[in-house]
Amino acid sequence: MVIRIIKKIYLWLTLLFLYAPIIVLIVFSFNDSKSRGRWSGFTLKWYVELFKDSNVLKALYYTIGIAILSAIISTIIGTIAAIGIHGINGIGKKVILNLNYLPVLNPDIVTAVSLMTLFKFIGIEFGFVTMLLSHITFCIPYVILSILPKLKQMNKHLAEAAMDLGATPMYALRKVVIPEIMPGIFTGALIAFTLSIDDFVISFFNKGAGVTNLSIEIYSMARRGINPVINALTTIMFLVLLLMLLYINRKQEKSIKKRGGVI
Amino acid sequence: MKLKVLSYPYVVWIAVFIVVPLALVLLYSFTDGDLEDLNFTISNFRKFLDSKYLNVLWISVKLALESTVLTLILGYPVALIIAKEKPSKRNTMIFLFVMPMWMNFLLRTYAWLTLLGKNGVINFIIEFLGFKPLDLLYNDGAVLLGMIYNFLPFMVLPIYSVLVKIDNSLIESAEDLGANKFQIFTRIILPLSIPGIITGITMVFMPAVSTFVISRLLGGGQYMLIGNLIEQQFLWVGDWHFGSAISIIMMVFILITMAITSKFDTQKEGSGGLW
Amino acid sequence: MKKGLKVSMLILLISAISLAIIGCNDKPILNVYNWGDYIDPDVIKDFEEEFNVKVNYNTFATNEDMYVSIAKGGTSYDVAFPSDYMIERMISEGLLAEINKDNIPNIKYIGEEYLDLDFDPGNKYSVPYMWGTFGILYNKTMVDDVVDSWDILWNEKYAGQILMLDSQRDSIGVSLKRLGYSMNTRDLNELEEAKNELIKQKPLVYAYVGDDVKQLMVAEEAALAVVWSGDAVAMMWENENLEYVYPKEGTNIWFDNMVIPKNAKNKELAEQFINFLNRPDIAARNVQYIGYSTPNVAAQELLPEEIRNSQVAYPSKEILKNTEIFRDMKDMLSVYDELWLEVKTER
Repeated sequence: MVIRIIKKIYLWLTLLFLYAPIIVLIVFSFNDSKSRGRWSGFTLKWYVELFKDSNVLKALYYTIGIAILSAIISTIIGTIAAIGIHGINGIGKKVILNLNYLPVLNPDIVTAVSLMTLFKFIGIEFGFVTMLLSHITFCIPYVILSILPKLKQMNKHLAEAAMDLGATPMYALRKVVIPEIMPGIFTGALIAFTLSIDDFVISFFNKGAGVTNLSIEIYSMARRGINPVINALTTIMFLVLLLMLLYINRKQEKSIKKRGGVI
Repeated sequence: MKLKVLSYPYVVWIAVFIVVPLALVLLYSFTDGDLEDLNFTISNFRKFLDSKYLNVLWISVKLALESTVLTLILGYPVALIIAKEKPSKRNTMIFLFVMPMWMNFLLRTYAWLTLLGKNGVINFIIEFLGFKPLDLLYNDGAVLLGMIYNFLPFMVLPIYSVLVKIDNSLIESAEDLGANKFQIFTRIILPLSIPGIITGITMVFMPAVSTFVISRLLGGGQYMLIGNLIEQQFLWVGDWHFGSAISIIMMVFILITMAITSKFDTQKEGSGGLW
Repeated sequence: MKKGLKVSMLILLISAISLAIIGCNDKPILNVYNWGDYIDPDVIKDFEEEFNVKVNYNTFATNEDMYVSIAKGGTSYDVAFPSDYMIERMISEGLLAEINKDNIPNIKYIGEEYLDLDFDPGNKYSVPYMWGTFGILYNKTMVDDVVDSWDILWNEKYAGQILMLDSQRDSIGVSLKRLGYSMNTRDLNELEEAKNELIKQKPLVYAYVGDDVKQLMVAEEAALAVVWSGDAVAMMWENENLEYVYPKEGTNIWFDNMVIPKNAKNKELAEQFINFLNRPDIAARNVQYIGYSTPNVAAQELLPEEIRNSQVAYPSKEILKNTEIFRDMKDMLSVYDELWLEVKTER
């Protein structure tokens, strides 16, 4: 019982640690002054201005669009690749894995500049496509990294057994392997989405005129001071996410109850 | 099984989007002059062998190691607790851990300034409780805190996804055989979660080495880290050659470190083997 | 069946997002490339209505970021807003187009002291947009000495309460000025001396900061800071204990000018935009939103008295005489970079 309480406290403290800055942001979205330095009265004006600010709204749109697209695409490519890589043995696997690490360990600026040089060399016009491609490129390695441990954990003979019993390779993959590594795929997609939504450097150098995202807007405001409409936007995003989470949680619990508590 | 065929498309992808850019970085690092008129040289690498640059590398690696270890110590219990939760709660908990990362990183880091400042929120609470205010900002502690804050989910997620799939019957049979909680953890759970730990370490250590925004904002610009150095070369000085050389050195250095660490694991557990 | 539905939903989602993002618009498009939050959004709206065009407002964070993304090619911006030394560099690298002054009659409203400067003689490539200086901002309740010189930043009494700029050019510039040298010196001995002074100062410095300086000074976390004049006005407004001074040794004056990149697709419209921004009523509205100083004399007349007469935003000619513009350092950049690294790694 004591251990249970300690666990609970530990979990909540960690969550407090993660959410403390966000609480600060939310509080300051109601701050009358433009600076973060001091509190000078309650206001809702930043929320009003947010909906008039077409630039920030456009950036939000691009950010979410690119994050969803790159998470989906990189998760699909990454999952297929991870299963494939798991099937390789020896030196080939080592080479692929090490190359796969490079975008993870390269500083953003190097990835950004080298991709930029590549796109310039190929001669694609910079814009939405180049930005999406660069996001997919730096997300895939993380997806693969999160799926591989699951594959390793999986019983080697599981898929083989399925095929011995008459399953086609595709069927075995879909019905045996994929469900087995699902937590890894889920994690990978989550990480890809997270990385994409928060990226600045790589997006900045691989976008073209007319394309933008929230990070670019926010970093660009740095010299002049970040406009509090961004805080208002963060607050709204946060609340929407929280509501979504609660809703999904509700639904899940209900469906579990229906099935008698078994998954 | 012919599953390896599935990796071929990605091999092509790697060739185009990873190998070619890397080759460009390599080319830059061994040359100088304009693009039309490149000359082979190793002077970029020789330049790095100066105590001030090596010092930067050392500080970066040290900070990254410290933050990786701390993130692991803090993150593992979190992953364990969540993995033991009821299935209905797990995904919610995981989302709760990832969601802060969806709010812009720069904004969150600025918010830490408000929390940690001399007249900040935390010191306000400390003073309210009747203690002397602390110097929380612009030191090693603040930088480490920033790194842990930002990288914690990357440690929790992979460990969690491995832990959650550990066969419960293993633990039950160990219990039946009289193992206590501590033994179950050290003999079963920990060894089985090694692949997740290694992935977590990789995902935290690598970006931690090359980060610089955290150190700049929370370290008060008093730290020059390797990521900072590289950015300066590419953007400010415009010396892509030296910038490339520094990133190549960093890459080689990290690859060697990772290879050595994972050798350790393979010998001990026989399950690391990523390298 | 459910699977098929999911897959088709996914495909639908992907195509919906891509389509919506690509979108289409038949109005002429003007791609503006500027610092974030550096124009009054209503001014853009007015321009769009008056000329029946669509303005794409793109933003950058530093001159260097902007430079790389213009120099890389593969996309084009019609108007950009770089600072002085960067304009000099872009001219020398042939990245800018000559501006046709016939299309910009409103240039006559710009004060002559802001024209024909060394970085762009004759203003062939650029038209001034905003300008400012940097100086010392201090908290009257925390500093009891007279603040009139850069020396105060080296005063041990204020150890741990001094904020310097986390920018090599600016901080080395402060140190050079204090020693009586030019901020654009190419003399290695002078630079070495400036570096040693910065190393001497380092234990006194609370932090080397960027824009977080505003938060720190307003919240009274530090006593003294090097800040831009435009930001100083905003901070003094937030906290009345703050005071801004021009050090007697002289300081930096900077300009953000409007330029047209060589590969601009819509040069004439770009010139119309520049002309529009120089219309006194528009310029006055814009500068009130931004809070920096406008070079447009006719617009200055339209400003409220307390801004027009502010010594911080519009210092006297005497003070202005004692200022220097940053020049493009070209090959000296790597020297600056190494000196700064030595300051930073000193413990």
